[in-house]
Amino acid sequence: MLNNLAVNYEEAVAMILFGIGFCTLLFHRNLVKKIIGLNIMDTAVYLFLASMGYIEGRRSPIADPSVPASVSAFINPIPSGLVLTGIVVSVSVTAIMLALTIKLYKRYHTLNLDEIYMFAKNEDIG
Amino acid sequence: MMDFIQNFPFFSIVMSLFFAVLSSVLKPKFGEWLAVFSIALSTFFSLSVLFYTLTTGESFTYMMGHFPAPWGNEIRGGVLEGLAATVFDFVLLFSFLGGRSRRKEDIPEEKTKYYFVMINLIQAALLALVYTNDLFTGYVFIEICTLASCGLLMIRNVGRTTLATIRYLIFNLLGSGLFLIGISLLYDITGHLLMENIKTEVASIVSGGQYLQPLLVTVSLILIGLAIKSGLFPFHFWMPDTYGYATTSSAAILSGLVSKAYIFLGIKVIFRVIGFDVVASTHILNVLFIFGLAGIIVGSLSAIRENNINRMIAFSSAAQIGYIFVGIGTGTMAGMVAAIFQIFVHAVTKPMLFISASRLVDVSGGKKQFSYLQGSAHRNRLAGFAFTVGAMSMVGIPLFGGFAAKVAFATAAVGDSKRMIPTILVLAISTVLNTIYFLRTVMRIYMPAETAGNPVARSGNRWPFIFAVTGFAAVNILLGVCPGPVLDLIEKGLSMFG
Repeated sequence: MLNNLAVNYEEAVAMILFGIGFCTLLFHRNLVKKIIGLNIMDTAVYLFLASMGYIEGRRSPIADPSVPASVSAFINPIPSGLVLTGIVVSVSVTAIMLALTIKLYKRYHTLNLDEIYMFAKNEDIG
Repeated sequence: MMDFIQNFPFFSIVMSLFFAVLSSVLKPKFGEWLAVFSIALSTFFSLSVLFYTLTTGESFTYMMGHFPAPWGNEIRGGVLEGLAATVFDFVLLFSFLGGRSRRKEDIPEEKTKYYFVMINLIQAALLALVYTNDLFTGYVFIEICTLASCGLLMIRNVGRTTLATIRYLIFNLLGSGLFLIGISLLYDITGHLLMENIKTEVASIVSGGQYLQPLLVTVSLILIGLAIKSGLFPFHFWMPDTYGYATTSSAAILSGLVSKAYIFLGIKVIFRVIGFDVVASTHILNVLFIFGLAGIIVGSLSAIRENNINRMIAFSSAAQIGYIFVGIGTGTMAGMVAAIFQIFVHAVTKPMLFISASRLVDVSGGKKQFSYLQGSAHRNRLAGFAFTVGAMSMVGIPLFGGFAAKVAFATAAVGDSKRMIPTILVLAISTVLNTIYFLRTVMRIYMPAETAGNPVARSGNRWPFIFAVTGFAAVNILLGVCPGPVLDLIEKGLSMFG
């Protein structure tokens, strides 16, 4: 068990980071820290994917036209592709979260979600 | 010639994505018509896919790009995909039309055109979630769906909707984070992203006995992630704020369609990625079953305590999502059929309730509290009628859609010694609770509001509203009177999944 963890230490670290990010996003009351949690969570997944796709001693999957391409020379390109897609997604989600946070801060002058909720509850908008 | 229909799923997704870009530069008036046109055309496309797969009797896969199966991306069409896409398009069209009068008041004028962009985007995302045959594409469109839903919510520019949007976004991100790590793990142990290839690998993992624990973790992460996103108890707390304060069309689309699309993807994962027998042999379905039962009770109890009509309908959504997960949790084919039938019934009922409630609120001075709504059905007869139909269906009165769904659940539970008693007990309790809060509301809106010598001022309805609620009511009653054909279609579609 411990041996397995030591061999796959990158994946183990990724899982711990995912847990940290998930809990921060779920439990922290401060909106900016929630966003930080979100990014830790997403980055953990990218670390996991990247370390899974990497094969010791191989090159990045870019074919050199002068050398005949061989599968055994390259690492697995698909996880890298997934990481890139994932980064695009998480950038756009972070942007929306930040925009909403700015909007809420301008209106209620606090970043604490509980306090915002308290203020908003007293507004009657029908 | 008939084979040309295989292009239709792709056409409808790309068309709505293209129209989303187009309507961001058009005048709002044209953008609105473009959205209606796009949804109507895609309804036709989805219907064609349904009939095509019924005639050929088998599903088809459609290659995206130039790379064949294990590498490229694929779309898949079958009877269930066609049926789900048809229902989703239909509900989207009528929810969009039905909330038209509220849109002018809730949405700032300079932002109106972006609302239509979001409608087109959400249409693309819903269809892609229904048709996709690739898990990572599923993830990407889950996120597009989430972002478009946030756009639909926050377009009403008041503090409470902004707050509701951020809470909705947080819960959705938790769910999609779990889904993403789940599919990464699954890719890690199977080496594939296309559903069929993963299923073959999973079968060999199960027969080989290796990596069983990672597989269990993966299945749990994916299903729990999707359950959080669809608002299963105890993650339903964002619902009342989200559905309660959004503009009518948005509330209708979010409650009727978006949460259902995630569940539909979950069912696809169960059948086409992991395999129904493998999932049924783990205990993850029991977890969904228990939380589903708890959701039914807690949602209904919260709805009883609500004094705001929109928030009450929102809490009842939490209960209805519970039903769907109870159906999935029974782990039988009949339970799955019942769950999918409930998805469709709820998709046509909840938007009708939101749309008619918003008209009742309009004729009650814009107030959502029950005391103001008294007698509102006399002020707007059609809205009162539609609300009554929806309420009857929710309670489960025979001849309405909700009744057929409840019968399907009860039949699915009979014969399963462990799950029969709790399911039927909770069905009975929830019927009583639904009766309390829905019929109380119906009685309230039909109470005489007329005082002596002071006749009620009637309010007329515009055609989009009339069109939408009559359509919804007709389909609801149709599903209630003859559920047989739809149940047959669902069964046929599920056997194609396998």
